[in-house]
Amino acid sequence: MDPALRPSLDEVWHWLAEVPDPEIPVISLTDLGIIRNVAWRDDTLVVTVTPTYSGCPATTIINLDIETALAEKGLSKVKLERQLSPAWTTDWISAEGREKLRDYGIAPPIDGTAADGVLMKRVDRLSGRSNLTIACPRCGSTNTEKISQFGSTPCKASYRCTNCLEPFDYFKCI
Amino acid sequence: MATAALETAVDQAALLEFLLRIGDNALILGHRVSEWCGHSPALEEDIALANTALDLIGQTQLWLGLAGEVEGKGRSADDLAYLRDGYDFRNILLVERPNGDFGKTLMRQFLFDAWHYLLLKALKGSTETRIAEIAEKAFKEVSYHLDRSRDLVIRLGDGTAESHRRMQEALDDLWPYTGEMFAADAVDAALVEAGIIPEPQSLKAGWDEIVAEALAEGTLKKSADGYMHKGGRRGVHTEHLGFILSEMQFLQRAYPGATW
Ligand SMILES: [Zn+2]
Repeated sequence: MDPALRPSLDEVWHWLAEVPDPEIPVISLTDLGIIRNVAWRDDTLVVTVTPTYSGCPATTIINLDIETALAEKGLSKVKLERQLSPAWTTDWISAEGREKLRDYGIAPPIDGTAADGVLMKRVDRLSGRSNLTIACPRCGSTNTEKISQFGSTPCKASYRCTNCLEPFDYFKCI
Repeated sequence: MATAALETAVDQAALLEFLLRIGDNALILGHRVSEWCGHSPALEEDIALANTALDLIGQTQLWLGLAGEVEGKGRSADDLAYLRDGYDFRNILLVERPNGDFGKTLMRQFLFDAWHYLLLKALKGSTETRIAEIAEKAFKEVSYHLDRSRDLVIRLGDGTAESHRRMQEALDDLWPYTGEMFAADAVDAALVEAGIIPEPQSLKAGWDEIVAEALAEGTLKKSADGYMHKGGRRGVHTEHLGFILSEMQFLQRAYPGATW
């Protein structure tokens, strides 16, 4: 692509901010924090993506969605690169993304409890008690209980509100 | 050249062997756990088992993908998973044990998770960057596996008389397969020397502690350390692996190169 005709990187980030996550379409790929870098390498746009979970089946779809979205903007030479380290953490989900999750009925991850936080310390301590205080996304009550460590996708756990009785997903910290 | 570092310092054959061992553990256990899909005692457990399997298969892609690069013969993770024969697999015998009942599956998972957790934690500090990166990713996932399997071992152990009996039986049955996790040979020695992997035996004390604490809380009695089965790490397997492979590899063997 003629350098003079290239969109600015800001513009590219803006486009990527409009690509929804295939599994939780209310948040975008940039809300999720999985786009690590965007850069020009000669005439190719290189987009660096980090997987949420190593077995996440959405990874292939996400790559396809990025290519499609950029192709629609006229960018045909796009290269996707995978970056494993630093490993994705729920701390990278944007504040806006967290609000969107809550509105959608998914309790967002608790801030700052990822990798080096509560979970790992708890596992290290071997306490075996695994209920964090998660607020119900429907009524806001903290009288909730964990049903299962795994929900509809690996990134979520199943909870139930004992106040309004709503079962809900919790986007767990990682 | 991301693989440049891998191609210099260490014995490539030893490195490949290690990657097959860790990758095959994840692959075979992932496949075993996936056999529960649609058969679990409760919907939540069905989903949890499927997600655990998914994590393990995802980790397999990373480990065997790297193994293929190190081998340098152009084999992909899929080629290694679907086109190798039983004697080329390097998983420990524990992960190919049949599922048995739900309790036995969970006990196997717990005994493995506790070790897997400690191994990955140590591998995060590997001198081999790409191994450290995969370990960093997998460690987060496996922390949740351990959290869950330990919780269920405790709850079922300290549950009804029937669940307690089944968990104790599962423990006694699986215990002789735990020794292989801490076995070491020349491959390990070479990689330990290079700072790539931890000394297998160095994980034993931490594992003993995690296991002893959960068993005590679950009112289960630790089995006696008797004869320990070994062989998987050097390709000598039980007959169970053959059945797993015949199911897992059927499609690629019958219709080579099939994609969808
Ligand atoms: Zn509620």
